[in-house]
Amino acid sequence: MTSTRDTAPRGHTRGMGELIDIADKTTVLAPFGETLAQLGRERPEIVALTADMGRYSDILPFRDAHPDRFFNVGMAEQSLVMTAAGLAKTGKIAYCTTYSVFVTRRAYDFVAIAGAHSKAEVKIFAGMPGLTNGYGATHQATEDLNMMRGIADLTIIDPCDATELTQVVRAVADIPGTVYVRLLRGKVPVELGEDYRFVPGKAALLREGSGDVGVISTGYMTARSLDAAKAADNRGVQASVLHVPTIKPFDTAAVVEFARRHDRLVVAENHKTTGGLASLVTEALYQGGILRPLRRVGLADSFFECGSQEYLEAKYGVDLPAVTRAILGEV
Amino acid sequence: MPTTDREPPNIDELRDRAYQLRRMMMTMTRGKGEGYIAQGLGIADCLAALYFHELRHDPERPDWPERDRFLLSTGHYSIAMYAVLAAAGYIEEDELPTYGLNGSRLPMSTFDDTVGVEIVGGSLGHGLGQAVGMSLGLRLDDSPGRVYVEISDGELDEGSTWEAAMAGATFGCDNLVVLIDCNGIQADGPVTVAIEPVADKFTAFGWSTTEIDGNDMSALVEALEKSRVSDGKPKAIVMRTTPGSGVPTIVDRPRAHFVRVTDDEWAGLVQELEDNRDVHA
Ligand SMILES: Cc1ncc(C[n+]2csc(CCOP(=O)(O)OP(=O)(O)O)c2C)c(N)n1
Repeated sequence: MTSTRDTAPRGHTRGMGELIDIADKTTVLAPFGETLAQLGRERPEIVALTADMGRYSDILPFRDAHPDRFFNVGMAEQSLVMTAAGLAKTGKIAYCTTYSVFVTRRAYDFVAIAGAHSKAEVKIFAGMPGLTNGYGATHQATEDLNMMRGIADLTIIDPCDATELTQVVRAVADIPGTVYVRLLRGKVPVELGEDYRFVPGKAALLREGSGDVGVISTGYMTARSLDAAKAADNRGVQASVLHVPTIKPFDTAAVVEFARRHDRLVVAENHKTTGGLASLVTEALYQGGILRPLRRVGLADSFFECGSQEYLEAKYGVDLPAVTRAILGEV
Repeated sequence: MPTTDREPPNIDELRDRAYQLRRMMMTMTRGKGEGYIAQGLGIADCLAALYFHELRHDPERPDWPERDRFLLSTGHYSIAMYAVLAAAGYIEEDELPTYGLNGSRLPMSTFDDTVGVEIVGGSLGHGLGQAVGMSLGLRLDDSPGRVYVEISDGELDEGSTWEAAMAGATFGCDNLVVLIDCNGIQADGPVTVAIEPVADKFTAFGWSTTEIDGNDMSALVEALEKSRVSDGKPKAIVMRTTPGSGVPTIVDRPRAHFVRVTDDEWAGLVQELEDNRDVHA
């Protein structure tokens, strides 16, 4: 793994799924593949598959380290999940990669039945989740959490940064059954401190504010929420941030407890505002008998166009200024 | 210029059309500096043969119900699609430099809200199935319109393609032609899935099949001519194409799926295209 700094300007559709606001951040290159290659050395039962997306999902370090345990099924996402499930039936732990859109939309039935229902040790690392690329609606998995949470016995994780992703790669090997992880690829920023520990199914309080406003976030939107909270500090608003990396099973207790301590809530996610984290939070609050003003930062129920990542995020209201405005309570 | 009646083919003229398409694509690569240019150059001859000879279409009436349909299944080949749409008069050539820019009508992947684009591409493995549906729809309407669909060799990995192949044969889609762009590459590099023998597979699936050099204009025109035969079967044309065709340096790129072109090398590549103008496969 090498650390780099990214300063490349971007003015149009390009690249594949790298995060954009990493200019001043330390990044790690391909944390997923590097960690998986290492894990493969420790555990011979680990195998890996891709659907013609090896290069674009950072899994090639595993292929290079363990060529006999690596299978590229070609651009065939249904086959990817079925093959992984079959391998799992013979005692393997099958990590597989493609883009989020294709594994969720095209291979849904196979994830549900060959994967989750069969309690198969299939670990899906889904590239370019949410709005992390500019190739339009065909490539933007803006409803993947919504779809996946509809599947029983499936674990869903949306890691925040390289530190968390690295831990998640190891952790999922010991989470029983099928797991869906939103993959961060390429140069992945480091946001969380060295003492951060990912605990499956648990939310993590990353920042304690004044009790005025609390942000509940997942995935890289947590990184953005931390940045936004810093920006809000300068304006006299001390926001708390609760990071919810495990979307399913959902840490209802932590969310309810956090909500109780804050006057206002902001939910931030790289997903539609319907069917994902914001929906889960409102369900939890209602169940806990808590009513709080809640502002959702996320995507509209729409198909999005092509364009640069900056352009799309600003246009659709999920960029850093949008999170900051939500924290400050500005329109 | 509407091409509603087919004239006898003029191979030299069609070759020149293909050159013009390549030139437009190179222009679109400039500034952007990256993209699926190798695939675009590879499919240029096929698109020239279709839009300037084979298809009955009218840029003045893109919704003409009796038009022949061309479906580009590989949305990432958008650069080639926009070039041919400009050359045929669906869009203005001076719009081409907006390719891939924020807010452009010519996005990096093809969507059916661009004039002349029939389907939403991008999610691969959709083209053949939708083409079968269009073929059936036109048949129900007694339309003379025919359906031509381009798919890539990578799309042969997808189960949906073979489901559609069986549907096309089951329903005897005589008015349907699939042009399979076997350029030998996909996202991770060379095709590694056992898709061969492609032509024999389509024949076994009940299609009338021809295999040609997809960068040979005479062979393209002849295969398209043959595909008009009414034999109660859908038609498959297996095209062996060279990614980057027309620009040797791009042909030689080891990672041709997604090519970066620097400002410094751009003029040299355009010169190569010019130098190879009269070289034919
Ligand atoms: C269903 C689906 N899966 C994966 C992708 C990602 N993808 C984009 S291009 C590509 C390669 C497909 O093969 P092919 O069209 O033959 O590649 P090319 O000739 O352009 O290199 C892949 C896997 C996609 N667009 N759609």
